[in-house]
Amino acid sequence: MTTPRKYVRTEDAPLLPPPATEAGITGWLWQNIFASMSDFQSLGAAIRSLFMILFSLLLVYLFIDQTYGLIDFAILSAVWSDPEGLKREACWTVQQGGSLPDGWHGACWPFVWAKQKFAWFGPYPSEELWRIYLSLIVGSIGLVWALRERLPYRRQVGVLMLTLYPLLAFILLTGGNSDASFTGIGVWIIVGLALISVGRMGAAGHLGTIFAEFAGIFGIVGWGIIALNVVRGIVALDFNLTPVGTGDWGGLLITLVVALTGIVASLPLGIILALGRRSEMPVVSVLCTIFIEFWRGVPLITVLFMASVMLPLFLPAGVNFDNLLRALIGVMLFSAAYMAEVVRGGLQAIDKGQYEGAQAMGLSYWQTMRLIVLPQALTHVIPGIVNTFIGLFKDTTLVSIVGIFDLLGAGQSAVADAAWSTPVQAITIYLYIGIIFFIFCFGMSRYSIFMENKLSKSRRH
Amino acid sequence: MKKLTAAMVAVAGVAFAASASAATLDDVKAKGHIQCGVSQGLPGFSNADDSGDWTGLDVDMCRAVAAAVFGDSNAVKFTPLSAKQRFTALASGEVDILSRNTTWTMTRDTQLGLNFAGVNYYDGQGMMVPTSLGVTSATELDGANICTNTGTTTELNITDFFRANSMSFNLVAFEKADEVVAAYDAGRCDVYTTDRSGLAAQRGKLTAPDAHMVLSEIISKEPLGPVVRQGDDQWFNIVRWSLNAMINAEEMGVSSSNVNNLKFDANITPAVARLIGKEGNFGEELGLSNDWAYNILMQVGNYAESYEANVTPLGLARGVNALWSDGGILYAAPIR
Repeated sequence: MTTPRKYVRTEDAPLLPPPATEAGITGWLWQNIFASMSDFQSLGAAIRSLFMILFSLLLVYLFIDQTYGLIDFAILSAVWSDPEGLKREACWTVQQGGSLPDGWHGACWPFVWAKQKFAWFGPYPSEELWRIYLSLIVGSIGLVWALRERLPYRRQVGVLMLTLYPLLAFILLTGGNSDASFTGIGVWIIVGLALISVGRMGAAGHLGTIFAEFAGIFGIVGWGIIALNVVRGIVALDFNLTPVGTGDWGGLLITLVVALTGIVASLPLGIILALGRRSEMPVVSVLCTIFIEFWRGVPLITVLFMASVMLPLFLPAGVNFDNLLRALIGVMLFSAAYMAEVVRGGLQAIDKGQYEGAQAMGLSYWQTMRLIVLPQALTHVIPGIVNTFIGLFKDTTLVSIVGIFDLLGAGQSAVADAAWSTPVQAITIYLYIGIIFFIFCFGMSRYSIFMENKLSKSRRH
Repeated sequence: MKKLTAAMVAVAGVAFAASASAATLDDVKAKGHIQCGVSQGLPGFSNADDSGDWTGLDVDMCRAVAAAVFGDSNAVKFTPLSAKQRFTALASGEVDILSRNTTWTMTRDTQLGLNFAGVNYYDGQGMMVPTSLGVTSATELDGANICTNTGTTTELNITDFFRANSMSFNLVAFEKADEVVAAYDAGRCDVYTTDRSGLAAQRGKLTAPDAHMVLSEIISKEPLGPVVRQGDDQWFNIVRWSLNAMINAEEMGVSSSNVNNLKFDANITPAVARLIGKEGNFGEELGLSNDWAYNILMQVGNYAESYEANVTPLGLARGVNALWSDGGILYAAPIR
């Protein structure tokens, strides 16, 4: 017999809200911030907690103080406009002969607005600025297209960005119509064709068995010469644009040109150097090692000085390399050496089994590298590669010491303008330049994190 | 390293003087413009304005030569040069004139394969002190903290001056002019020393400009002028006489505003007639046209105009840079 139950629960007990110290913002604060400073159970713990409280308060104070100082300088106290065209007097205190209260300390933004064009493009002629805008617009569209996923023809656009775009940008920015002679270019193209045909004949065995071994090199050199001279030929065409020498370039334009050339050239060069250094052919390996160690062993500033001050002394009179080109080559070789070591790090992380597996499949050296090793190695070292890129981007400021007006150089030159001379002149322009650099470097850093996440999905634990 | 560089520049300079001495004028005419080396930014002397156009006393020097050679003061391109680069750039032919507030010294004249074509500004190192210091002469500065730039002759000059007066001092040196001014403004030192033109230019960066004074002592001689490669006398003459024409014009009262009237005026003095090319063959003897100086005055103006447009706004009076007839030392050889 069953005794009837007085009470039968027909539903689940209601879920109580978690204690206030465990949930929501309070919970998060208690767990992550106050936990280390709310333990008073023993004397030692109490002292520790007290220290933590004081230390935390100090840090909070410093943070707020500094942030407020910056915001106050850059936004709250800043002078934003100069409608009357007073220039420096717009940012002068009463003591200095202006109208701002004494002791005022804030950014003088009208100075930056006035120097905007100079900071971005240097002395580039104003009526030709559309050429810069056009190349920047084409460049950013192409870049976004090539980097964005899910857009069609990404690969093709990427290839165009690396081949046709630099040519287009070069012609737009300089105006083309270089003084190379078409006859000379024609002669070079014939030389290239001759080399290719020699290579073909050699490969077919017409010129002896030993020669057949190197015949491939002739073909490569021949095509290289032809490609180079076709580019020279296109650049020498007259597009009816006003020529603008690189001496008239400046500001952010120079920073971007130097950084992008360095970035684009350093990766392939670096990969080749890294492979060369790990090569089993002693000559190749020693040459690559010497190259890398030489360029890593000298500071960039020395390289730039050599390129801009010493090099002209060794060249015959009248032969003048473009100043910017000299710096570009220096930066390129320098960053290639660093990149080579980053890539080599990635190559060393690849298991020997991968190489052996590839060999067992019957892949050649280049196939092994292209299909098996490099995709894995480069994925490993994305942070290192982007680190080098960011470092390179910031290193471009060094070109200002050899008389090329990059963003920083243009800023410093703007500071020398007495028409705007105020105590805050230098701080304002440096703040502005800092913001621009931050935007670019932070952007690169975010893209690298995105790439890492995308490419390492297969290896996520 | 510095010595090595100097030696290399010297060797190259001599080599170039031998090989590249051939007429700069012809090269320049073939190019269609003059390449002029200027500083990367020095108020009053060479400075890129808001739109990136170069202005300044040194810049006007190059514009004057362009006006003399091409009849167009805009036929000139500017290469901003650092202090280290400047002589190499000139020796290697990268620039045709170096007009970059360069002090004329014996070493530079004799060892670098360069020639100074004249002096377009007499500068000298000065000292600025806060008025509150109560000092009226530099000889009262015993034990002072002195702010200056590193690695320049200013540092050596100030050391010489204090040693000569057997006073002690404490040098606070910075890399950049801005840092020096900021440190001085913040009261980290009692004295700020640099060229007097620099003192004037930086004054606007002080929080209370009126609370500071420039001491009367000038402790060094800094004659600044345009420089050309040694061994091309024609080009040297063109630069030298372009400068002389500007100074002579001021003396004769010829300026951009009246030169055009003078050209059609029958009653001008023979000296003015020679200057603006109505008499004699002076331009052709330089390898230019006879209206060379007329073009300079028309497009750039005389020395006083250039000075007033560029240097006077800094608050620098003419001082020793006034004409000899006005009590200064500016004195140009006559055109005759």
